[in-house]
Parts: sequence; C-alpha cells; structure tokens
Amino acid sequence: MKITDINNIYKNTNKTHMKHLLLAATVLISISAFSQSDKYESAMKQALQQYDSAKSMADLESIAAKFQRIGDAEKTQWLPYYWSGLALTRTGWMYFPNDKGVTAVKTDNLSSTIDALSGRINALEDKADALATDDDAKSEILLIRNMAYTQQMIIDPQTRYMTYGMQAGTALDKAMDLNPNNPRAYYLKGSSLFGTPEQFGGGKAAAKPMFEKAVELGKAEQQKPLMPHWGLELSEQMLAACQ
Amino acid sequence: MKNILITAFLLISTYSFTQTTVQGNVKDKKGNPVAGVSITLKDTYDGAVTDSSGNYSFTTTEKGKHILSFTNVNYNEDSSIIDLEGKPITINITVKEKFNILNAVTVIAGSFEAGDNKRAATVLNSIDIATTAGSNADITAALKTLPGAQQIGNQEGLFVRGGTGEETKQFIDGTLVNNPYYTSVPDIATRGRFSPFLFKGTVFSTGGYSALYGQALSSAVILESIDMPEKSAATASISPIVVGGGVQQLSKNKNFSWGVDYDYVNLIAYFNIVKQTPDYFDMPEFHSGDANFRIKTKGGIIKYYTTFNYNHLGLRRPDIDSTNYKDAFGIINHNWYNNLSWRQNLGNGWKMNMGLSYSTNRDDISQQVQDASNNNKSWNYQPWISKNFHIKSRQDLSQIKEVFEKKLGGLSAIRFGGEYWYSYNPTHYINIDSDYYFKQKDNYAALFAEGDIYITNDIALKLGTRYEYSSIIRKANIAPRISMAYKVGKGAQVSLAYGIFYEKPLNNELVYNTSLNYTKATHYIANYQVNRNDRIFRIEAFYKKYDDLVKTFPTYNNAGYGYAKGFELFLRDKKTFKNIDYWISYSYLDTKRDFENYPQELAPNFAAKHTASVVVKHFITKWKAGVNATYTFATGRPYYNFMFDNTQGKFVISDQGQTKDYNSLNFSVEYLPSLGKKDAKTFIVLFASMSNVLGQKQVYGYNYSFNGLNKEPILPTAPRFYFIGCFLSWGIDRSQDAINNNL
Repeated sequence: MKITDINNIYKNTNKTHMKHLLLAATVLISISAFSQSDKYESAMKQALQQYDSAKSMADLESIAAKFQRIGDAEKTQWLPYYWSGLALTRTGWMYFPNDKGVTAVKTDNLSSTIDALSGRINALEDKADALATDDDAKSEILLIRNMAYTQQMIIDPQTRYMTYGMQAGTALDKAMDLNPNNPRAYYLKGSSLFGTPEQFGGGKAAAKPMFEKAVELGKAEQQKPLMPHWGLELSEQMLAACQ
Repeated sequence: MKNILITAFLLISTYSFTQTTVQGNVKDKKGNPVAGVSITLKDTYDGAVTDSSGNYSFTTTEKGKHILSFTNVNYNEDSSIIDLEGKPITINITVKEKFNILNAVTVIAGSFEAGDNKRAATVLNSIDIATTAGSNADITAALKTLPGAQQIGNQEGLFVRGGTGEETKQFIDGTLVNNPYYTSVPDIATRGRFSPFLFKGTVFSTGGYSALYGQALSSAVILESIDMPEKSAATASISPIVVGGGVQQLSKNKNFSWGVDYDYVNLIAYFNIVKQTPDYFDMPEFHSGDANFRIKTKGGIIKYYTTFNYNHLGLRRPDIDSTNYKDAFGIINHNWYNNLSWRQNLGNGWKMNMGLSYSTNRDDISQQVQDASNNNKSWNYQPWISKNFHIKSRQDLSQIKEVFEKKLGGLSAIRFGGEYWYSYNPTHYINIDSDYYFKQKDNYAALFAEGDIYITNDIALKLGTRYEYSSIIRKANIAPRISMAYKVGKGAQVSLAYGIFYEKPLNNELVYNTSLNYTKATHYIANYQVNRNDRIFRIEAFYKKYDDLVKTFPTYNNAGYGYAKGFELFLRDKKTFKNIDYWISYSYLDTKRDFENYPQELAPNFAAKHTASVVVKHFITKWKAGVNATYTFATGRPYYNFMFDNTQGKFVISDQGQTKDYNSLNFSVEYLPSLGKKDAKTFIVLFASMSNVLGQKQVYGYNYSFNGLNKEPILPTAPRFYFIGCFLSWGIDRSQDAINNNL
C-alpha cells in the first residue's frame, strides 16, 4: 500500500466522509506499516519451514535463492544471507559420501564444483558479515565459512590442507573467540576431530568432550525466532556415536 | 460510508490479491537448458530457480513495472523489465557463460604443472617429490618418473624427448639457473643443488613452453619459490651421510621472514660400509649454507634466496687403454647462487614480476694417470697426452628480467617484458704441452610478449613471440609460439602447441668458433587429457624437428639436424584404492640426429625407445608410516664407437650395439612417530630408502679404448644406494599437515 493510493482515494471522496476515511486510511497505513516487518518475519518463518523440510539439491538451491531474495530486498538483515549460505553448505555435503558410503550427487569435477560453491557461500557470508553488528552473529557467519572451507579441503587434503584446512581452522577458532558459548562451534570442532584418525589426535575420545559441550550449550541456548538454532540434535547423535 | 469502506477494501483486496504468474525458460547459447538460475523480481521476495529443464514459474502479488533478474555464478547476469498486471507473463532468455577460472580450459600441451596452483593439471608437490621412491628428494629424479624424460644414470640433467641434458633448462622465479647440478664426474650423475621444499610450484614442460622463457631446445623446468613460511621453526637432520640444521623466523605481523640453513655431507662412513667401484682417494665432502629473507609489500612480495656450496672429491678408476694404469680424477667446486625476485600488483589489472640473479661457479678439475702404486705418469703422445690435464674454469651469470601483465576482460591477459644476461666464462686449461686461457663474454638480451585469449570458457589461445640477441655469436632470432586448448567434454580437453626454440651453442663449442649460429628446434604437440575426480589420464603425441645442430667435424659448424617423434601416456589416480596414490607413465620415442662427431644421422645414445615408470605411495595410518615404491623400465639404448678413418678422412662407426634393458625397483619408507601428538615439541620424521632393490645390472653405455679394441660398460658406482635419516623440526606442528594428508 502506498501513500499515493491513499491520496487518490482522498481526492475522490467528499468531505462528509472525511473523518471515516481518515480513520480507514490510518488503519490501512498501520496495517501496511505493520505488515512491512511482519512480512519479513512471516516470509523468513515460511522459508525456514521449507529449509527444515528440504531434502533434495533442488529444494535446497531453491530455498537458498529464496533467502537471498529476502536478503536482497531487505538490505539490512544479515540472517537471510546466513541461512542462504547454510542451505548451500548442505548442498555441498551431497557431493561427498555419507556415513553409509553413498554419494547423493555426482559431479565430474569435484574440486571445481566445490570451489565454485565455496565462492558463492563466502560471497553470501561477506554480505551477512557486513550487516551483522554483534559478535554472536559474526561467530555464526564464521561457522558457515568453516564448513565451506572444510568442504574444499577434504576433496584432496594432501594438497589442499595448507590453504583450505588452515582457513577452516582459523574461521572456527575465531568463531569460538567471538562467542565461546556457541554450541555449533563445538559441534563443528567435534565433527572435525571425529573424522580425524586417533593416531593423529582425533577419534571418538577426543571428539566426545566437544559434543558434550555442544549438547550442554545447545540445551541452555534460548531459541530466538529466525536465529540459528540447529545443531543440538546433530550433537546428540554424534555424542551417541562416540559412546 | 459503508460504500466507501467497501470500495476501499475492494481496492486493497484487488491490490493485494491480484496474482501474476511469471514463467519461462532459460537456455545457454548452445540451446541447452540451464538449471539453477535464480530469477528474482527485484526488491521483492518473489522469484524462483530454474529446474533441470531450465523452466521456472512463480506468482507475485506485486503490480506495475518491475525488473526481473537472472543470476547464476557461471553466467552473466541478465534482466528484463516486466509489467505486472494480472495476466501471465512468459519470459524466455538465453544466458551467456561467464569467464570462470574454475571451468575454463588451460593450455597444457607439453607441460606438467605441479604445486598449489588451483588449476594445476598434475600435481607433484614437494612432499610428492620427497616420497617418490628412488628420488631421495631430488627434483630431477622425481621428474624422471613423468613421461617424456629418459632414465639416464651416467650424466646429470633431464634428457627430454630425444634432447640432450643441455637442452633442458631450469628457472627459479623466472630467471635461469646456470649450474643447477653439482659439477659432474665423468660417467656419474650428480644431484640437483636445490631442495624440493624450497618450491611451492613446479612446471615441467616437455615442449612448447611459454615465450617468457628461452635458450632451451627441448624442455623447461619452471620453479616457483615459496612465499612466507607458516611459522617460525628450527630444523635438524641427522644421517650417516649428512648433518644439518637451520632456523626460519617469521615476524609477528607475518610481513617479514628470514632464515638460514647449513648442511654438511661426508660420504666416508657410507663408502666404508657400501663398497664403491671407484677408489675414492679424496672422500666426497660437501658444505652448503643458504640464507633467505622475504618481505611482504602492499600487494606484493620481495624474496631473496642465496646458497653457497663448497665441495671436493677425488676418485681413481682403471684406465681403459692399459691394464695396470689408473686415472685419478679430482674436483674442487665453489658455487654461489643469488636470486632476488619482486612480485607486485600494480592495480588496475596490472602486475609486475621482476627477477635479479647472480651466480658464480668455480671448478678446479684435474686428471692424472697413475701406476699401480699411485705414482703420477705422463707421456707426450696420444692417447696419454690428453689424459693428464688441469682445468680451472669459472661461469658467472648476472641476469635481470622484468615481466608486466595486464588482465583484459574475462580471463584474457597479455604479458610482455624483457631480460638481459651477462655471462663471463674464463677457462684455464693446462696439459703437458699446452696452456690455454679462454675468456668468453656474452651479452644476451631478449624481448617477449604473450597473450592469453579466452574466446569462451571452452576455448583458449596462447600466442607468444620471443626475440633474442647474443653478442658472442652476434646473431638474433625470433621465436614464435602458439598453443590452444579446447574443451571436448566434461573434464576433457584437447590441446595443441607449436613453437620454435633456439639455444646458443655450448660454451665448449664456442671456444672453437664464435660465428656459430643458434641451434633450433620446432615443436608440434597434440594432447588429450581427462581429469575427473582425482583421476587424470593424458595422452600426448609430438614431433620435434632439429636444425642447425652443432657438428664438431670437419670444422665446428651448424650442419647438424635431426628429429624426435613419439607419444606418451600418463595416468594418476588417488581415488580407486584407499590411501594409495599411484601414477603410471609410458613414453615411446623415435629419434635420430646428426650432430657433434656423428658420421651420419643416428639414434643417439641417450634415447631409449620405450620407457615406463610406476610410482606407488601408500600411507598406513595405524603405523603412522608411509611406504613407497617405484619401478622403472627402459629398453636398451644404442651405443657407438666413432673412430677417425684416415683413408676416408672422416669419422666412421667402428663398433655399435644396444645396451641391455634398464630395470630399477626402488623403495622408501617414512615413519612419523610424533604424528598427532598435540603436545609434542619435536616433530620427527624417520626416512629410509633403497634404490635398485633387486640389484639388477644397469648398463648406461660403453667406453672404448683409444684403439677401439677394448670396451668397458658404464655402470653405477655401486649396484644399490641406501639412505637412512632422521629429520627433526621444532615450532611447526607438521602433524596437522600429515593428518589431513590422510583423512
């Protein structure tokens, strides 16, 4: 609803109806004003529901695009870009074998696919980071970057560790510094240790305290609407796997 | 009142609930549907993503004129203006592919690129080189497991595609390395002077290399030194052969680093345990020290590296022209190498690379015939007269090279620049009846320009030209180079290359005649490569034509010529077997040439017809250890004895044959006990290797007596080579490195 439309209505009415009209207009404007922030919240909520139910790569690409459209239209919100990036990291994992050894999506050139994806994710997180004002938000954004770099590294750790492994580690450390109570940071740290052979200082025993901490912090975390809230269930699953 | 309210609400309802459907299809220039294109009604939440058929559809409650934009990371953004008024709108669009470094082809004909470069086609990083069994961390030895290189064990250097060792040149950060190997002893190959750990990138070009480089007829090894070290660290190495240590310091702000290293090699203990055929009267001893600093500039880096070597050795071998005399050969070598490079981003798409280098190499070489009790002997007639000699020689090379690069649209770029070399080579030769002093000076200058032209992501051209002038021969040349790459399928591409390459005659030829012309090679290369998911397969065919090779008889002239043709296969696979990385190379080579004192066009004695290598590396996580094996096979090489026939007045073949096939199985193991120990202050690597495990007899060729009646095989100094060593480092947690090598 735009003011010009209201003016048009005004011009076409006589003065006797003025009072009522003003009332109506006020109501309309308030609805319109109210709906501006409500529109964002409801669109985000709807998108988050879609995000939670997304399964296929097409679902995730579509929801990532939706978050990005919301972010681009809003211009001041970091969360849409955050979620858009997170949806894309989920597509990235689909190129790697899962715990049953099944790869959901095949690509002919894994490294260029993942490098391009990481480029997109980091570009989104650059936008998110420019809009984020508090350390907690910046911590969440760094975790997305951690996942993007981790995906780039595990393609070929031998040649890629020195670049992407280092970048992933730096992002995670910084995320923990900015918010030492971020349960997702501990979840990612634990996952990294879990995937590392025991001989190299990883393994279940090393990962377990990280998942315990992640669960503890996750349970204590107050869920705020639209804010990152994922990780508790995953941490619990991983903790169970460590037993 | 009522009416108005109804009207107002109607208006609002109409306004809010009139939906417009926007739909369409997105194709690329070839007419194929494009999936994953994001369609956005600008400044609204509305939009969609194209499906696998390129179709999209969405509804919007917006009204009026809006911008509909189409975005995808691989395509140029496009948009169209639409008027939303409730009627369905169909917008079909053709998107244009973006130039993208990750998707674009690269010209790879003739070259094996290695290092941390994202686009590297075939990766052999410093750890790969060190863990190639048989290489013992020698770059050249590891490159010999790639197709195109010969298995030559009696001379140093890379003999590529029918070329001599002198036809391959090494470049560090753009500038030529004048003496890349330790000074050679006849019939014994020496190691390279530079450790693989100094470099982050290696390009091994077996032909058709860039116009930025010159003076190599066959091949260029282009080495790029590492930038800043990761952390400050101290290192030490201990083995029966070598002890050494060093420090590397990185400033707090990571903008400056410096380091020094020193190594001492003495083979006395080793030669006492592992018997050598020659009698070493002067045990080989090597001192080498190096120092470096690196400074980060705004948008660039300045790097300096210097190394100083001093070594000496002396050995006696039976003299081929007698039964009881021996030849005692000795070397004292001093070498000082300096390299300063400056890489700078100048802004606006401009980049600059500057290289300065100075090296001096001094050899004091002598040979003396001795009797059974090691007393010196001399005679004033052949063949003995030339067997006692003393040579003092020096090779100095100063260079400056400047390359500018300007990025054009997309991935296209032009590079141009120049280089200047000043070489000074005095030689003092003394024997029983002569005392010569030669002094060669050469001012060599080159100008070059090269353009990378990307027509699309799928087709790229590289055009280059090089102009060279050398003052010692007072001649100039122009060498054009052209190569292209074309993508033929997913991960598959075809590359073609053509180029002309010139090289100055060798210093020992210029001594006799400075009016010689450049030697010349023309390369034609076709390459097909598939690179999919950690598996690389390539096949390359080549034809190389040699002109103006130097003949040493009847006078020093440029009447030599020749050709080399063949094909090569390469497969590298890190994927199929868990924790196993392997590569297989095969080379077929057909080459003949007439040069030096060859009486006619012949297959040269440094070219085997078939060469194959299999390199396997397996890391066993449970043991924190890696085992590596290399098997190399080459068919026998031809050998000849050329003798001067007085009646015909020319050289003739007095004897010829083919050596037995070459086989070598090499093993190495590394053990990293401190791997993964977070608190370990010392990182330990234990390394052991054994070359030619099976002790197969390796014959590199034959030496002939002066009268041609006696021939002796050229053999390695011992059937096997062993190495054990312990490498320690403090400061850097290398375990992270190793962990992630083996996830």
